[in-house]
Amino acid sequence: MLSPDLVGRTFKGADTTTVSAEAISKFAAVVGENNLDVAPPTFAISITLDQSQKLLQDSGLDWTRVVHGDQKFEIKRPIVAGDKLICSSTIESARVMAGNEIVTVRSDLHSGAELIVSTWSTLVVRA
Amino acid sequence: MSNLQVGQELAPKTFLINRALLVAYANASGDQNPIHQNEEFAKSVGLPDVIAHGMLTMALAGKYLSEINGSEAVTDFSARFTKPVVVPVNTDVALIISGKVAEISDGFAKVELTALCNDVKVLGMAKGVIKL
Repeated sequence: MLSPDLVGRTFKGADTTTVSAEAISKFAAVVGENNLDVAPPTFAISITLDQSQKLLQDSGLDWTRVVHGDQKFEIKRPIVAGDKLICSSTIESARVMAGNEIVTVRSDLHSGAELIVSTWSTLVVRA
Repeated sequence: MSNLQVGQELAPKTFLINRALLVAYANASGDQNPIHQNEEFAKSVGLPDVIAHGMLTMALAGKYLSEINGSEAVTDFSARFTKPVVVPVNTDVALIISGKVAEISDGFAKVELTALCNDVKVLGMAKGVIKL
């Protein structure tokens, strides 16, 4: 169970992810995208999923029982190869519904001071 | 593309999802959860079979949005994962995405998406915003 005092807390990542052309082309190949100049719209999840799990691993959230409920992206500009991105994750809300814990995690990817992409994941932690 | 009209139905596109694509998506996204690759494991946690990553379905819907005016034109994208996409072995599962222009304002179009697998909606409230 997530500790309630963590709601609203932001965990800033220490790791910088440098986006490679190879990572973009691998993701693009899966969806059949030929334009490799920019990353496909949902590419950010390949960084934020892993980063947010690391950042929130001590929060009490049981990732082994997590089901992805919904997902949202706000893309300020597309991710491109060479971007050096830092992830910060915030637990925006946590509530219990029908015995399941429902947690919304926002993750922002910044390049320096510039916000590139924000993602929101609603996670349902099965009872 | 600036000739979109409010209410316009966009042509559907079919994507084929199979086990090989699930492995490719797992490797591209880093999501190696075994429910998307290992039949025995998936069944052990109460699933009918291996299921696709919800984010793979969303990535394919993202490709549909990208085809409207390019990947770089997609500024917002959201969806709920309402039903799992079950992917049996040696099977190409058809995911049919279609879209409708819901709103146009200030140079942006809001497109509502429908994602069907075997006539079942697998995404809910799926919508994207495209810069025109």
